[in-house]
Amino acid sequence: MRTLSLALRNLLRNRRRTLATLAAIAIGGISVLLFGGFSANIKYSLQTGYVRTVGHLQIQHRDYYLFGSGDPTAYGIQRYIAILDGIRSDPVLRQMVTVATPTLQFGGVAGNYDAGVSRTIIGNGLVAEDHLRMRQWNRYALDLVAPPMRLSGAPPNAAVVGTGVARVLLMCKVLNVADCPTPERAARNHGADIPDDIAALSLAEDNSQIAPAGSERSARRIELLVGSARGTPNVASLQVIGAENQGFKELDDFYLFMHLAQAQRLVFGASQPKVSALMVQLEDTRQTTAAISRLQSLLPNWAPGESLAVHDFATLNPFYVQSLQLFDMIFGFMLVLIGGIVMFTVGNTMNTAVVERTIEIGTLRAIGLRQRDIRRLFVTEGFVIGVVGAALGVVVAVAAAWAINRMGFHWRPPGSAERVPLVLVVWGEIGMLVGTALVLVLLTTLSAWWPAWRAARLNMVDALRHA
Amino acid sequence: MQTQPMAYTDEPIAPVAELRNIRKTYRLDDVEVPVIHGIDLLIRPAHFTVLLGPSGSGKTTLLNMIGCIDRPDKGEVIVAGRNVNELSDDALADFRAHHIGFIFQNFNLLPVLTAYENVEYPLILAGASAKTRADRVPKLLDAVGLGDKARHRPGQLSGGQRQRVAIARALARKPKLVIADEPTANLDSKTGETILALMKHMQVRYAISFLFSSHDRAVIRAADDAIIIQDGEVRAIRRKHMGPST
Repeated sequence: MRTLSLALRNLLRNRRRTLATLAAIAIGGISVLLFGGFSANIKYSLQTGYVRTVGHLQIQHRDYYLFGSGDPTAYGIQRYIAILDGIRSDPVLRQMVTVATPTLQFGGVAGNYDAGVSRTIIGNGLVAEDHLRMRQWNRYALDLVAPPMRLSGAPPNAAVVGTGVARVLLMCKVLNVADCPTPERAARNHGADIPDDIAALSLAEDNSQIAPAGSERSARRIELLVGSARGTPNVASLQVIGAENQGFKELDDFYLFMHLAQAQRLVFGASQPKVSALMVQLEDTRQTTAAISRLQSLLPNWAPGESLAVHDFATLNPFYVQSLQLFDMIFGFMLVLIGGIVMFTVGNTMNTAVVERTIEIGTLRAIGLRQRDIRRLFVTEGFVIGVVGAALGVVVAVAAAWAINRMGFHWRPPGSAERVPLVLVVWGEIGMLVGTALVLVLLTTLSAWWPAWRAARLNMVDALRHA
Repeated sequence: MQTQPMAYTDEPIAPVAELRNIRKTYRLDDVEVPVIHGIDLLIRPAHFTVLLGPSGSGKTTLLNMIGCIDRPDKGEVIVAGRNVNELSDDALADFRAHHIGFIFQNFNLLPVLTAYENVEYPLILAGASAKTRADRVPKLLDAVGLGDKARHRPGQLSGGQRQRVAIARALARKPKLVIADEPTANLDSKTGETILALMKHMQVRYAISFLFSSHDRAVIRAADDAIIIQDGEVRAIRRKHMGPST
């Protein structure tokens, strides 16, 4: 009788116990896989969010990432047009890149002088049409809505702010921002006149775009004060066309974006315009390393004399990496806990089997089985129960994930402004499915090892006398 | 190792088993209990031999040592011409598989295997071909009168039938020696007699040595040789056709 056949029959002789052990393994596998599926969805959702917003990688001045927030104009890229042309014409990059777009980040103060309030902001000048395309990226086919790009097709002086900025500038009503309370102070404050010097600077920008006081255009108007590249203050009068929740309050309370040309005029005036970064979005995240390598080799040709660096989105967004690490840690912790339970259960089952079959072990030894044959028999039983339990766990986990995904649960992931469907990505995660199954099989086989070793070492005479 | 001819018979044939100055002590907690006190013994080939003695006399211990499932503290055990003391645990397992068959009081069949598979199992262990197994197993089952029960599992057989399967299993490898520890103790007297007759028949048919321990008078009557053990020593040996020797 071959060992495998005998092991199978032995497992079937006490079906209730075997089923209970299988259930423990399968439930362990299901728990790990469902959480893994949830974790995978977090990863894909976060990645998609970042890739839609900032691209897969960014070309920046070498020191911009560490020092640029203090003085963005000092760390700009001058030959960005040449770089963009180079990216779009390079035969290798052209195959990978879906969008390459410049952006200018700066700091300033936004004031709603009709309401007598102002606040510091982080401004972003961007090419709206490029960002509209970036927001369509959905490589993982997630059930995510691509948010509209309000700036697309909007007038040159249009701006979009975070809902936190809208709240502080008391513009929620005019911008139709939901869940936006009005402070008591606002009711008493009828607004202060815009200071003469600021008004003069603003008017100098574009008189035609100044709305008459009291109109809706006036209610949407803000004055944006920035320090120009030459160190002097510069002001633009902007029409806020909408407010968007940025997910994080810290960002939402400061965020403003506007057309790149307007931002460059505001920051650089008549000087040679620069950008803070070139965002590059790729077809597939797996192309990131190859794209970085290609860019690093070509950038010196496209922008000689400029000291540039290429960062991937994980470097630019430490929260993404930290989130993945957190979920990996939880996943690992769960795996250890469940692995311990599985090992205990299987070990207990095998120990019971050894005790119950002591006479049988003595008989097998008497008729000529070697110690290692006995050991192999019990380890094989552990292996078989592990394989069946893991397979059962995988099948049920895939089915359960499929069912849960169709139940229509929604939730708001960390850093997301929107509630998204609860999706468990189990099917297709080959590495996770195979890895979890292998770990379960390994654990069950290992947990059978000690009882098997004990069975093989039984004294034959004592075993045959066992009552 | 070749054994010397039996010293106290006229037959110049090698014994199937020989014990030389065997001693064995068991330890129960902190107490040492001597069980065998220097036994010398020869088991004749192709004979029905029974070990007799009261409980605790040491006959099962002797049986275990001759069956190579226990080792003496001192002395030599020679079975089928081989000093088994020299063998490693693995070699001893192979030796048992090739030369010794076992029949147990409680039958000790593998419950998950059918009668056919129980008999076939030792042949598989020995690496017998499928053709050999297919040829031999049905013959053995027919010989023990269970040709029609081949597909039954032990749980579906009576005690007597189980013991018949055990006999067929013990004979599957054509061993030199079959060890049977009180093989009729768990059977009613009529079934016991039938089983005894079957074993006697098989012993003659296959020219195999059977070594029993038993209290069953029927077994004692059927035995060619009776070895009386008391207090770990051989008190007497009665051999049919030879007269008593001590």
